[in-house]
Amino acid sequence: MSENRDGLFARAEEVLSLFRRGAEFTQDLIKENERLRLQIACFEAQNMAASDDVEWEKLRHELVSRIQNLEGEKQDILDRLQQVEGENSHFAERYLEIEEENNNLASLYVASYQLHSTLDLSEVIKIVVEIVINLIGAEVFAIYVLDERTQVLTPVASEGREIADFPPCQMGHGIVGAAVATGETQCGDVAGSEDLARPLVCVPLRVQERPIGAIAIHKLLQQKAGFTPLDHELFTLLGGHAATAVFAARLYSQSERKLNTIQGFIDLLTK
Amino acid sequence: MARHRILIVEDSPTMRQLLAFALKRLKDVDIVEAQDGMDGLRKVSSDHFDLALIDINMPVMDGLKLISLIRGEDSLRQMPIIVITTEGAKEDRERAIALGANEYLTKPIQANKVLRIAQSLLKAE
Repeated sequence: MSENRDGLFARAEEVLSLFRRGAEFTQDLIKENERLRLQIACFEAQNMAASDDVEWEKLRHELVSRIQNLEGEKQDILDRLQQVEGENSHFAERYLEIEEENNNLASLYVASYQLHSTLDLSEVIKIVVEIVINLIGAEVFAIYVLDERTQVLTPVASEGREIADFPPCQMGHGIVGAAVATGETQCGDVAGSEDLARPLVCVPLRVQERPIGAIAIHKLLQQKAGFTPLDHELFTLLGGHAATAVFAARLYSQSERKLNTIQGFIDLLTK
Repeated sequence: MARHRILIVEDSPTMRQLLAFALKRLKDVDIVEAQDGMDGLRKVSSDHFDLALIDINMPVMDGLKLISLIRGEDSLRQMPIIVITTEGAKEDRERAIALGANEYLTKPIQANKVLRIAQSLLKAE
């Protein structure tokens, strides 16, 4: 008896669920019908407008003027884009230039800093050698210092060849002598020469008008094709700062010697 | 972001200062300098570095010897190495690369190029 009742309830539940689904489906159909009716009404209104010539012309005119406005706006945007692109490329070029300038200034700063970091003459000469090798990229070169008494330029440091291979030269004679005498950087044969009296380039070292020595470069490193604008800046820097550093170091060592001599005398007298 | 440690092994104080100057433009880097190969070896053995810039011609121990010793150490095998040297011959380049250098740059250096390569090696690490 109880089993029959349970079966009856289950069947009733199934029938109810069927009715519920049917009701939902009917609701959906009503909604869809409403949507289609609205769409049809809209199309009919458009058709009415299109069939009326005046309305149609008005609509067409509005659309044409809107298109023209949009075309104008588009052209303005394209012009602006082109302008911005031009500015962008100009800024990119300027950025590269400034970056290069920044690197060059860093090289010049480091060279100058190192040159004035010591008062020891041999250290100063070593630093000049380092700068010429590492920053300029020279393979064979010599550094000459002027003996003010004899007016002879004697090599005090060299690279790539023995120091004895570089001939001393008289002030005013040859490429090295002429460079020191005139104070102007002398350029020799670009192809380079085996003759150690004929450097590729000779940079005079001067403190104001006082000649101190010279740097004679005979050969560049194989990967270095030629001199760059930075090299010329470095030549100018070396011409002044290396000369000042050499001059200051020589004065310092002379004053040290004199001080020691005076101290020796004082010690002798006071003992 | 973790800071990168870069070792410069170079006997020339001028070059060390110039390289440090250039590399300081990278973000979050600490730069340590060594004045020859032996000093460089001591420093890589006792500390961690993300990149090393090594010169070839140096007193006490040259750069090639230092690279071969670094590559012989398991813990240092992955550390990127940039060689910076005056030696521009093809065979010098090939020897350094064969020993384990990642990049080979010749002097005089272009700071931009050093920066670009250092940056890419630090990213790849």
